[in-house]
Amino acid sequence: MDGESFKKGLKDGIPIGLGYFAVAFTFGIVAVSGGLSTWQAVLISLTNLTSAGQFAGLEIIASAGSYWEMALTQLIINLRYCLMSFSLSQKMQRDVPGAHRYLVAFGITDEIFGVSASQPGKISPFYNYGAMCAAIPGWTLGTLAGAVSGSLLPAFMVSALSVAIYGMFLAVIIPAAKKERAVLGVVLGAMAVSSLFEVVPVLKKVSSGFVIIITTVLVAGAAAYFCPVEEKEDTDGA
Amino acid sequence: MAHNVYIYILVMAGVTYLIRMLPMALIRREITSPYIKSFLYYVPYACLAAMTFPAILSATESIISAAAGFAAALAAAYKEKSLITVALVACCAVFIVERILPFF
Repeated sequence: MDGESFKKGLKDGIPIGLGYFAVAFTFGIVAVSGGLSTWQAVLISLTNLTSAGQFAGLEIIASAGSYWEMALTQLIINLRYCLMSFSLSQKMQRDVPGAHRYLVAFGITDEIFGVSASQPGKISPFYNYGAMCAAIPGWTLGTLAGAVSGSLLPAFMVSALSVAIYGMFLAVIIPAAKKERAVLGVVLGAMAVSSLFEVVPVLKKVSSGFVIIITTVLVAGAAAYFCPVEEKEDTDGA
Repeated sequence: MAHNVYIYILVMAGVTYLIRMLPMALIRREITSPYIKSFLYYVPYACLAAMTFPAILSATESIISAAAGFAAALAAAYKEKSLITVALVACCAVFIVERILPFF
């Protein structure tokens, strides 16, 4: 047990949990309006802990898609977690036993990865547990609150809340882009490439999950080629 | 709904967990390639940026309020505000612009 790391993680996780509450709230509303029960919406949030994948999953459930379609969609949309998990496996203290890795893996989200990747040096799994202890209740209870009160909430509130997740993403990437020119290039490049998929007629047909993967691999790959991260043993961000 | 909701949930949760768990469980040795290290360093930024833009522009009731939310979030993030502050600033900008828009 590493109490210091746990506390640090919990502290960093509280704003994440609050942000998740807001986003999960909209998920709860959408899930119930799509025909799921409150309990089912909460169960999805508790077991999946991911935003984009869950919203896509709702569409598939609502349109009675096949289980294969569900599996493939989740795989594509969430494949970024594979890259993050890969990255975090390098960041984890070397002597951490397997059981901890299985638990930490459950809590790999964009934001938890964001805060753990930005920690200096190697990280203890207890840092991630701390962040998960704040983030998971935020996500689950937010879904519950949204599912219960969703139908009561006017449309303009739902519209305003739906940008919350993007605000959080920007809060992770912009400060880093400010500090490092290469990251700024990556951010602008990724936004430009994903915009191409939105406007170019042929590319428009590509589903949103694939767009994220293709863009990530292209832009991060190019950045790694042209601006390799300098070797800073045990202190670099990756 | 012809399919069982609980099987859908099981498939979703199972696939999502495996994606998160397999690299962590299987790759125990240190990566030495500077290219792969750099690639992994840039992944979250590329991924989050690609998910944010242009998707944010179609998240709300009108592209104008969405653009206002985006601009507000950019400004707050640039000032290095916390995640929740940036998210709230974006929501407030959308809310305010959507209240003003009907008057034009």
